[in-house]
Amino acid sequence: MDDLYRENIVEHYNHPSHRGVVDPCNVKFADDNPLCGDHIEITLNTSSEGIITEAKFTGHGCAISQASADILLDEVIGKSIDEVKKMTKDDLISLLGIELGAVRLKCALLSLKVLKAGVYGLNNADELDLEDD
Amino acid sequence: MIQIENVRADFPVLERELRPGKRLIYLDSAASSQKPLSVINAMDEFYRMNYANIHRGVHQLAEESTEMYESARAKVARFIGAKKNRQVIFTRNTTESINLVANSWGRKFLKAGDLVLLTQMEHHSNIVPWQILKQKIGIEIDFVKITPDGRLDMADLKIKLAREPKLVSFTHMSNVLGTINPVKEIIRLAHSSGAVTLVDGAQSVPHFPVNVENLDVDFLAFSSHKMLGPTGIGVLYGKLEILNQMDPFLGGGDMIKEVRFDGFSANELPHKFEAGTPAIAEAIGFGAAVGYLEEVGLGTIVEHENELLTYALLGMSEFKDLKILNPNVDNKGGVIAFYSDKIHPHDIAQLLDREGIAIRAGHHCAQPLHTVFNVHATARVSFYLYNNREEIDQFIHSLHSAINFFK
Repeated sequence: MDDLYRENIVEHYNHPSHRGVVDPCNVKFADDNPLCGDHIEITLNTSSEGIITEAKFTGHGCAISQASADILLDEVIGKSIDEVKKMTKDDLISLLGIELGAVRLKCALLSLKVLKAGVYGLNNADELDLEDD
Repeated sequence: MIQIENVRADFPVLERELRPGKRLIYLDSAASSQKPLSVINAMDEFYRMNYANIHRGVHQLAEESTEMYESARAKVARFIGAKKNRQVIFTRNTTESINLVANSWGRKFLKAGDLVLLTQMEHHSNIVPWQILKQKIGIEIDFVKITPDGRLDMADLKIKLAREPKLVSFTHMSNVLGTINPVKEIIRLAHSSGAVTLVDGAQSVPHFPVNVENLDVDFLAFSSHKMLGPTGIGVLYGKLEILNQMDPFLGGGDMIKEVRFDGFSANELPHKFEAGTPAIAEAIGFGAAVGYLEEVGLGTIVEHENELLTYALLGMSEFKDLKILNPNVDNKGGVIAFYSDKIHPHDIAQLLDREGIAIRAGHHCAQPLHTVFNVHATARVSFYLYNNREEIDQFIHSLHSAINFFK
């Protein structure tokens, strides 16, 4: 328990910095994780050089999924789309700084899955399988 | 590394005395293989210590169980050279895998009049699902002929490919003839006529290296129970772009992302095709079986079985009245189907059973193939890594007695 609910996770869950909607936006994507019923939608804008200038998320779900979204957006604002495309499961896990088993990994990875599907312009996020890539 | 001469000690059943002084000689591995201790123990240990349902629980046992199940999938994926673990869908067996393709891919991408090309040497599991689809939606089915010595007739294949089948579905290795088909060449030809390919690997994956990337196959189906693993679990491998386009086969738990009163959305691969609680312990046993085969080495197994095949065919060539379907040694796995006009195959099997020798008799789920050879039934012996020359000597000896029994 202590491993999962470290202070940073609880803090980001209780007091997210990036909750909301970017409107108008040039990228918008949402997806679900059936395990906890997590849902995350990310909206963002990029500059003409492909830098993420602003990004927000809405959704509901377990602390891991929601904190993960907040921590991820913290990381990617100011970064380029190309850098986001290169982000892996391991990058996100090291950002979170917690140990995750096979089941909860899905909660944590939902935000990255939504973000990458959005920037790749996919119709279906399931074409990405971060656990398997 | 496990040495081939030591494997027998890992299979407890081979110690069994079936009749007084008659130890089991198991020559029916093409029907199903025996299980080594490592497989039995892996499942036993899992049920004792780690068991819980997978994917949905957050408690520790659920985590352990999920990790063990998914790591079994990863082992199997690596074993067949799949690029991604999610290309390995756990089914009940080869039969269910082919039915999955017929129902999910077939009903979406085939329409009345479309041709599905099979071969005359198929197992019923690669005939009947397509016949059901023919009844339901009116597809057409044709069969590539075989030559009198039990090879696929490649000239006939080319003629039939000119009819532009939508799917070419065929066995890698015949469970009756032992014939190993030139799969890579068939796939290449099928692709160049625009067909999707499905390979029935039930007899090949357990016995020699099969690499899906190298073959460029679209679907591969096989079963755990023929490759030292438990019953109740098999695999459908598929190319990602095809699997992603397919709709779910069975509906229920675990295959959904979201369910509403007015509909559902499907889960991602591979869960989309794994509705309901799967065979968890069996997957873990399957992973252990793959591990065992890798420790012995498939190259070693190929060599061993080929030596047994050559030895057995030589011994059987001395019987005047015995007819063997495909008596060649080259491009043939460790399977010999035979018959004699003097004695029915069931009587051969019954008399050999008295000696503790397990063989198969009948049409081996390949009735149409038997009609090509104009026989109702055959007797069949099949070999695996745990068989040896002494067992074949005993088989030949007992076959002599059986054939002379009705004289």
